[in-house]
Amino acid sequence: MTANDAPAPDETSPDETSPDETSPDRHDVGNLPATTAAEAEVIDVRHGMFGAHGSGDTSGFGGLRRTVNLPGPTERPYGGDFDVVADTLTAALASAGLTFDAVVEKVVVDRGELTFSVRREHIVTTVQVMRDDPDLRFESCSSLSGVHYPNDAGRELHAVYHLLSVTHGRRVRLEVACPDDDPHIPSVVSVYPTADWQEREAWDFFGIQFDGHPALTRIEMPDDWPGHPQRKDYPLGGIPVEYKGATIPPADTRRSYS
Amino acid sequence: MSDQVNDEPLTGDAPDPDTDPYGIPLGEATDGEGRVFTASGGDWDDIAEEVSSLGEERIVVNMGPQHPSTHGVLRLILELDGETVTEARCGVGYLHTGIEKNMEYRTWTQGVTFCTRMDYLTPLFQETAYCLGVEKLLGITDDVPERATVVRVMLMELNRVASHLVALATGGMEIGALTVMTVGFRERERILKLFELITGLRMNHAFIRPGGLAQDIPPGTLDAVRDTLPGLRKGISDIEKLSNENPLVKARLIDTGYLDLTGCMALGVTGPVLRSTGLPHDLRRATPYCGYETYDFDVITWDTADAYGRMRIRIEEMKESLKIVEQCLVRLEKPGPVMVGDRKIAWPSQLAIGSDGMGNSLDHIKEIMGQSMEALIHHFKLVTEGFRVPSGQVYVGIESARGELGVHLVSDGGTRPYRAHFRDPSFVNLQAVAAVAEGGVIADVVIAVASLDPVLGGVDR
Repeated sequence: MTANDAPAPDETSPDETSPDETSPDRHDVGNLPATTAAEAEVIDVRHGMFGAHGSGDTSGFGGLRRTVNLPGPTERPYGGDFDVVADTLTAALASAGLTFDAVVEKVVVDRGELTFSVRREHIVTTVQVMRDDPDLRFESCSSLSGVHYPNDAGRELHAVYHLLSVTHGRRVRLEVACPDDDPHIPSVVSVYPTADWQEREAWDFFGIQFDGHPALTRIEMPDDWPGHPQRKDYPLGGIPVEYKGATIPPADTRRSYS
Repeated sequence: MSDQVNDEPLTGDAPDPDTDPYGIPLGEATDGEGRVFTASGGDWDDIAEEVSSLGEERIVVNMGPQHPSTHGVLRLILELDGETVTEARCGVGYLHTGIEKNMEYRTWTQGVTFCTRMDYLTPLFQETAYCLGVEKLLGITDDVPERATVVRVMLMELNRVASHLVALATGGMEIGALTVMTVGFRERERILKLFELITGLRMNHAFIRPGGLAQDIPPGTLDAVRDTLPGLRKGISDIEKLSNENPLVKARLIDTGYLDLTGCMALGVTGPVLRSTGLPHDLRRATPYCGYETYDFDVITWDTADAYGRMRIRIEEMKESLKIVEQCLVRLEKPGPVMVGDRKIAWPSQLAIGSDGMGNSLDHIKEIMGQSMEALIHHFKLVTEGFRVPSGQVYVGIESARGELGVHLVSDGGTRPYRAHFRDPSFVNLQAVAAVAEGGVIADVVIAVASLDPVLGGVDR
């Protein structure tokens, strides 16, 4: 019996799925610091140790499960002048006829950075007041990009906005999520003209459709390119690389540490 | 034939859209367009005659992507009325290599090797920004040794000088100031020699690593840098003398490529272009990193918001950068570690140049091959698997030679970046082309684009 005939450990004996295995505390693999699963946002669960599946993992690590958590919501006080930003935003939204809780799903303070998760229907109003309110005055949208979380059901695609206030010397991050089967987010080009190319880039690479963008076309890839290359489900290595008879598999099907 | 007209449909089989993403389906090549004139070789007069016989004044010209004065493969789509540009649009993407996607399939340490290749004139800025991001994710920002940070600052400031020299050199060449070009590249060569001495390479260094540096600066570096500075100063002053009061330069640059503060803020333009409007916004001062608050230097501004102001700012900024380099030299007199002490992050070997001229570390090889199997296992695991980074996301912005270079990193707790996005200043600044070029004459487009100083390697990534 060759190694390839050996059953893959992750599909074998039922005794491997002991109660201990499925408990949420089993995610402390490697030198990961312990996170409390209760407060963190679970976006994915990884099996095994080497990423690639179906190739007969004989390493014995096939039974490993690791939940992937992003930092969870933060309660007040946020610390620093983040509370000031949140209070000012609450007041500014109120004058626009909205409540803070209706607009912001979640506030995360992590590694000294403030993130507001904004519901997508309110993103344009939010950036408008963040730009125009004299105590917020985020004049510039430094960066806008997408992130793809394929296993975060209903919130697969995220658009991440990094705003900079030159006046107050602050940065804040806004995050808007949308589902894969309805990838629409209102465009902020009317507020930040600099978002023009960056939204085109996010459309090009992630397939997020920014409604109201003046000309949402591809920017980096050719106009007739099929698919959106930076999505996690976009296959790599459409062209098999051959070297002296051996074929090199594309990077996403090679073994790697998951 | 110079005046080929693409009236005939293309012949041959229709390409299979599944296998050839570039394939143009039959018959679509000429749909929806006017007459297309291909001007390659031949006589321009013939084309002009034929166009004028059509009675159309409006001409759309593709400038680039191979045009020498577009600073790389930038394609400018210019609509002309006579010599006046009525509409200017950019086509980018010709240099897109998927660096951000590639980084998702390599370890955190290997990411440096990719991002250094983005903007090929400022490799050390990308390396530093990326490493600052990884260190922030790891929570080891305060553990990075002082000496490593000072070396990073010194390399970044030398890199700023090298990048500005290229900006001035190519910008000068495009208006016919060829001596500015030769002086600029000659002086940049001095800096590249220093980079080669310190990192081993003239570009694509991958020298700055998460946690510190790949290795300490070699002996004799401080003297080499010190000996280079007077020559650099002389070269910068040569460029000053050639350009600052040159009536031809002033005639071409003053009031060309005008973009005021409102335009800059709306379009997100940063760097020397923003400072030419008089706003002293420099991230080294606004949100200090790498200890920039402890260095003595001035943020240079100008108030003309035109190409001439941007040229003067770049010249003055080079002098300020050299001031910072001198302060770094003093701080580097004291030896010390250049990598964090954490053995789970720092690669074990300190490479040195062996007798064969290759990077090697004999003591380390002796240990892992002959003395300690655990050290060998540790080395293997760290280099092939890499270290794990706690999940979360960070954004780090630094002041590159062209403006704000931002890095947005997302980690899922694994050994590779889940997402790495670079907010490249060239990419964002290039959006201003329409604002600075429209309404001017076509000859000024070259100057306006040169004053924005885009590098297409950074734009396309």
